[in-house]
Amino acid sequence: MKLIILNDYDQASEWAAKYIRNKILAFKPGPDKYFTLGLPTGSTPLGCYKKLIEYYKSGEISFHYVKTFNMDEYVGLPRDHPESYHSFMWNNFFKHIDIKAENTHILDGNATDLQAECENFEKKITAAGGIQLFVGGIGPDGHIAFNEPGSSLVSRTRVKTLAKDTIMANARFFDGDLSKVPTMALTVGVGTVMDAKEVMILITGAHKAFALYKAIEEGVNHMWTVSAFQQHPQTVFVCDEDATLELRVKTVKYFKGMMHVHNRLVETPPAVSKKN
Amino acid sequence: MPSNKSVSDAPITQFVNCRILRDHKLQREDLWVREGRILDPEKLFFDEHGYADKCVDCEGSIIAPGFIDVQINGGYGIDFSQATEDVTSGFSFVAKKILEHGVTSFCPTLVTSPPDVYHKVLPQVKVHNGGPHGAGVLGFHLEGPFISVEKKGAHPEQYLRTFRSGGIEDLKEAYGNLDNVAMVTLAPELASSQSVVRELSQRGITVSLGHSVANLSQAEEAVKNGASFITHLFNAMLPFHHRDPGIVGLLTSDQVPAGRTVYYGMIADGIHTNPAALRIAHRAHPSGLVLVTDAITAMGLPPGRHTLGQQVIEIQGLHAYVAGTKTLSGSIATMNMCVRHFKQVSGCSVEEALEAASLHAAQLLGISHKKGSLDYGSDADLVLLDDALNVTATYISGEEVWRKGP
Repeated sequence: MKLIILNDYDQASEWAAKYIRNKILAFKPGPDKYFTLGLPTGSTPLGCYKKLIEYYKSGEISFHYVKTFNMDEYVGLPRDHPESYHSFMWNNFFKHIDIKAENTHILDGNATDLQAECENFEKKITAAGGIQLFVGGIGPDGHIAFNEPGSSLVSRTRVKTLAKDTIMANARFFDGDLSKVPTMALTVGVGTVMDAKEVMILITGAHKAFALYKAIEEGVNHMWTVSAFQQHPQTVFVCDEDATLELRVKTVKYFKGMMHVHNRLVETPPAVSKKN
Repeated sequence: MPSNKSVSDAPITQFVNCRILRDHKLQREDLWVREGRILDPEKLFFDEHGYADKCVDCEGSIIAPGFIDVQINGGYGIDFSQATEDVTSGFSFVAKKILEHGVTSFCPTLVTSPPDVYHKVLPQVKVHNGGPHGAGVLGFHLEGPFISVEKKGAHPEQYLRTFRSGGIEDLKEAYGNLDNVAMVTLAPELASSQSVVRELSQRGITVSLGHSVANLSQAEEAVKNGASFITHLFNAMLPFHHRDPGIVGLLTSDQVPAGRTVYYGMIADGIHTNPAALRIAHRAHPSGLVLVTDAITAMGLPPGRHTLGQQVIEIQGLHAYVAGTKTLSGSIATMNMCVRHFKQVSGCSVEEALEAASLHAAQLLGISHKKGSLDYGSDADLVLLDDALNVTATYISGEEVWRKGP
């Protein structure tokens, strides 16, 4: 596991975006070789998306040969509802870049057969050759995607009833009206994300500090589903200073001491520097 | 790139590098058009996996809904109220020329005329969509002849009429056919006027109050009967009086039925309305302000003397005088000029200025589902402007119909 500690949210977002950029570039995607990227929604990844859009606009990267798979979507919320994850992805990412519609995959929370929709999603991931890099965020209770506390750590894509905490946290997006918040979602499972070649988790803000502590300093625990990634061979946690507040000084110092090594991962590749 | 053939074969145009006026705000968004209408790109993306066939780089321009002029009497030497065997060529000429002012549709306006003029002119011009041939016609605006003698303004007194036989029969007698009429300006204080207001409103014809000495309660009664517009506010009506504000009082009246808006036309050329009066109206009732040019025959003609009909007109700057005098002979304002002037003197936002020339007019005419906004599904009638609000290009149904030369 790598733990990347940056000063603040903006720096963390930029680091994450550069990491994704470099992964795509190193992969050299083409018509016969698509880079597969798992994507989250929510406020945490917004800064990262903004940076990726910047890199696209400056010509550093293209998403023409990238396939994306989103983590989750609400059940029963109209697709064009401003809070749907389809709308989120369109407004914050897809409409700004050159990705092809047919290469984006978001679970359909309005499918007549939700179970089949979930199974198909897994099949599509498999058909695309699995996911190269799954990017995720977490909730203050340590949930990844909608894998709420207590979710099986080997779960697959499925219908999930949301925890009361999640519903209350989401109410702010639905005029503060609890009755308007969807209570169910389709979500990839912890196991689905675990299958990715690499996983990057973004954690920023003091309110996520306890979750980060649970994620990396205590054991694997299904009450903190993100802790499952301790057993993933290639996981990168990208966080800001605030999110480290509950960690031991020793942990923070150890990982900060390695930043000079880790920062090499996000150096601008020579090909891009030349282009600019 | 291929569009999705299952929904439509028509090519898709994407306007990029622009700021579009949507939801009362200028937004950094692309504008997508298919089959002459504004397309929702998110639906296109997720439902059809479709893409643009053509990209138009707007180089940072503002894109606003095409301007709508609900009061224009002519221009470029053409007088819409002149009856000839072929009025269409004159109408078409003006319709084409006003594209460069950003006007994509208009209501050709006839001033008080004898019945034979109406009978001759009205049947020759039908409501039709615009295109490369010119701005679209939304229907006639008939200003008079059922107006007040005291407030006739430049309208010829001998042709003014009253509702002698009690209403709609008089209209038919004067106008003949009402099929292509969008708006009628009348004086609500005339006897039987109120039943005419009702009748016209029921037929979907917008009733405007003007050239009138009506007091506020007469004006309010007309609004309750369906009237929804005030013709060139302040001009040709009783001046504002604090104990009876007259038609002007409609701007802040509490008698306007819930859910209804009274709109009012403003000639924002800096000449026909004092900027202070314009500001009073705008601050009292911003959402009802509709910019109109009220342009006459001389609009668009170069400076100097011109013989128009029986009159010799001298154009100096923005003024059109009866030659040899300082008597104004009418407005020679253009819509783009009015938008700029309105913004400058009212201190309103760019958005408000643009909506006063587009959205409000469309709402007034009850056509805001297809004109006057850049909402999905609306007609792609567009005007491209620079930051100083100079028109740089005009589009109708997604097709470029005018572009400023280099």
